[in-house]
Amino acid sequence: MVLKDVINRVPENLSIEKHVAKIDAYGVYYRDLNSLLRSLDGNGVEKIEIRNVYGQRYIGTDLDGHIKIDVYGTPGNDLGAFMRGANITVHGNVQDGCGNTMDHGQIVVHGRAGDLVGHSMRGGKIFIRDDAGYRVGIHMKEYLGKRPFIVIGGTAQDFLGEYMAGGVLVVLGINMKGEIRHNARFVGTGMHGGTMYIRGEVRHLGEEVEVTDLEEDDFRLLGSLVDEFCSYYRLDAEKILESKFNKLIPVSSRPYGNLYAY
Amino acid sequence: MKSYVIPEYIVERDQDRCIRCKVCVNQCSYDTHYYDEEDDIILSRNENCVNCQRCATFCPTQAITIRENPNHYRSNANWTQEAIASIKKQAETGGVVLTGMGCDKPNLTYWDRLLLNASQVTNPSIDPLREPMELRTYIGSKPDKLEVEMDEGNGVMLKTKLAPQLRLETPIMFSAMSYGSISLNVHKSLARAASEVGTFYNTGEGGLEKSLYKYGDHVIVQVASGRFGVHPEYLNAGAAIEIKIGQGAKPGIGGHLPGEKVSEEISETRMIPVGTDALSPAPQHDIYSIEDLRQLIYALKEATDYTKPVFVKIAAVHNSAAIASGIVRAGADIVVLDGVRGGTGAAPRIIRDNVGIPLEMALASVDQRLRDEGIRNKASVIAAGGIKSSADVLKAIALGADAVYIATAALVALGCTVCQKCYTGKCPWGIATTDLWLTKRINPDLGAKRLAGLLRGWSLEIMEMMGGMGINAIESVRGNRLLLRGVGLSDTELKILGVRMAGE
Repeated sequence: MVLKDVINRVPENLSIEKHVAKIDAYGVYYRDLNSLLRSLDGNGVEKIEIRNVYGQRYIGTDLDGHIKIDVYGTPGNDLGAFMRGANITVHGNVQDGCGNTMDHGQIVVHGRAGDLVGHSMRGGKIFIRDDAGYRVGIHMKEYLGKRPFIVIGGTAQDFLGEYMAGGVLVVLGINMKGEIRHNARFVGTGMHGGTMYIRGEVRHLGEEVEVTDLEEDDFRLLGSLVDEFCSYYRLDAEKILESKFNKLIPVSSRPYGNLYAY
Repeated sequence: MKSYVIPEYIVERDQDRCIRCKVCVNQCSYDTHYYDEEDDIILSRNENCVNCQRCATFCPTQAITIRENPNHYRSNANWTQEAIASIKKQAETGGVVLTGMGCDKPNLTYWDRLLLNASQVTNPSIDPLREPMELRTYIGSKPDKLEVEMDEGNGVMLKTKLAPQLRLETPIMFSAMSYGSISLNVHKSLARAASEVGTFYNTGEGGLEKSLYKYGDHVIVQVASGRFGVHPEYLNAGAAIEIKIGQGAKPGIGGHLPGEKVSEEISETRMIPVGTDALSPAPQHDIYSIEDLRQLIYALKEATDYTKPVFVKIAAVHNSAAIASGIVRAGADIVVLDGVRGGTGAAPRIIRDNVGIPLEMALASVDQRLRDEGIRNKASVIAAGGIKSSADVLKAIALGADAVYIATAALVALGCTVCQKCYTGKCPWGIATTDLWLTKRINPDLGAKRLAGLLRGWSLEIMEMMGGMGINAIESVRGNRLLLRGVGLSDTELKILGVRMAGE
């Protein structure tokens, strides 16, 4: 590939070999970085490695193709917001809003995540190796073939799965010692769709949630998600699956149906 | 439990005129009329009547009259009929009293106490029928200054890169009403009328139905707290994106589209399963501050490669001026203020009638604040909520708006009679419903014609009023409060409005 075919002026921080582009993002403003990513997307580049990422926002937004992106460092808020299709691996921690309103694609994080992982996400998968912050999976929803999945390796904080309307949310608590008891409160408040699988117990549940045991279908789905999770982080899936999981489902798909006087 | 609520309306039928054609029986979606075969007579259940006038309008012999029920509780200025009826209803159901449309109380409107000027002797008026009159309005962020370049071949060239703008042929747009709260045929009517007239229609928060993508150049796509139907194609389909923070009819609260309304079609556009409640949380959960708002504004700009202006819509509340300043500084291209009289498909009546402030006050204070801070050019201001005539439009622009949004007025043009029962989903006029039996009542071709007719009529009236003031461009009206005078207003009200008393 000829560089000038891809962008008019090749910046100093970009190099392209075969189908792999390498970017040094040190000191690059997020708008310039994302504009560069857009110019590479769909132009024969299959993989982009971005190094020295220090808080640049919206990486992965507005990329159409099934491009692979490796991020080294700490991407800023809204990583993969509205994303449709890209496959992002983060070698580091992510900040708030990772996968915000994501439609399709995948984000694998080798580290921790801030608040709002997968806010209103409708499709694709997010894997977080360690802990995540507040409101993970809030208002996730599914529709026909679109079903979003989030797997958190560590624990998550309050309002996990709040307003959840679809999709699957798994919290593994791998790093927790002794009896696994997630400290989160108001888990599944306002939940009216979807499923959560929680390894261990939860401190406080929302009123709209029902706890049940897993059935065969659940184990199959959970097993495949945990297997995939473990494949990214080289963990032992069998050992994780040995523990007791709780399945959280909504009591009703219409939690606020009888609120009104007509 | 026996209901103590007495019927609000009485259906009177002139049996001499009635020809038993059963049009009323078929037109009423509330089961008010029924045919008694044995006696060959049509009778009515008064308690079901919402006074939408559908039956009376379609009765071929004008046999039907709907009256307010003359039976009412003892008159009491404090314990109104509405207050008593609400309490009884709530005692019987234990629920929140719902309503539709905008606030129906008389004490919250200022438009009618503001009067426009006209030329007499000292400056000539203009006849818009014979002289050019400019209503075209560009909304979007304007630069602090314009830099131009003299080029020998091409003359003057603009050097400044302009932010994306929307071009309105008349300063009136159709405000957000979601697909789900209103029918697809209404959306089609709005989209076609907007395309034909050269203005914009707003999708509301329920997504954009596939067949309407072709009207994209005249569509504003909304992103609200539920994020229904929001995906990259949707964001790129419209000419602009609106972030909905609040709504004048229900500031500070979210919304529930009840599961009954989430039909196959609605489910497809909202991208949620059939029959589940579509819950819009009260806040957008990724926005807890002005900084967070900036984050979403720029997420949307990134998602559309900075090609589309971003609106931020808020309800008019106590600190609107400071909030609007924050919104502009957060990077919004257009700020929308929705006043306390703004309409809705469903809201708790207590919220609709008691929360928020009048649009006129918020608009005047926002415009003033943005001017004082030297950032008025950075964003356009849109006034919304209860605009019911072309005079309201012109007064809003004189108070500082760049353009206005109308919604209830548009529905009225389509047949709505403001019966305030939108929340039942049984709109007999086929507007606020997703029931396919009812939605056929709106023909998009005729609907678009009616809406275009309304915009044309209002535009002509605006031109007449402008011409009368000797003004030939809407630009010269914007924020020109000298064109307004107040009547029946206190000094404080006049001060906030920035308007002088009539006679002053």
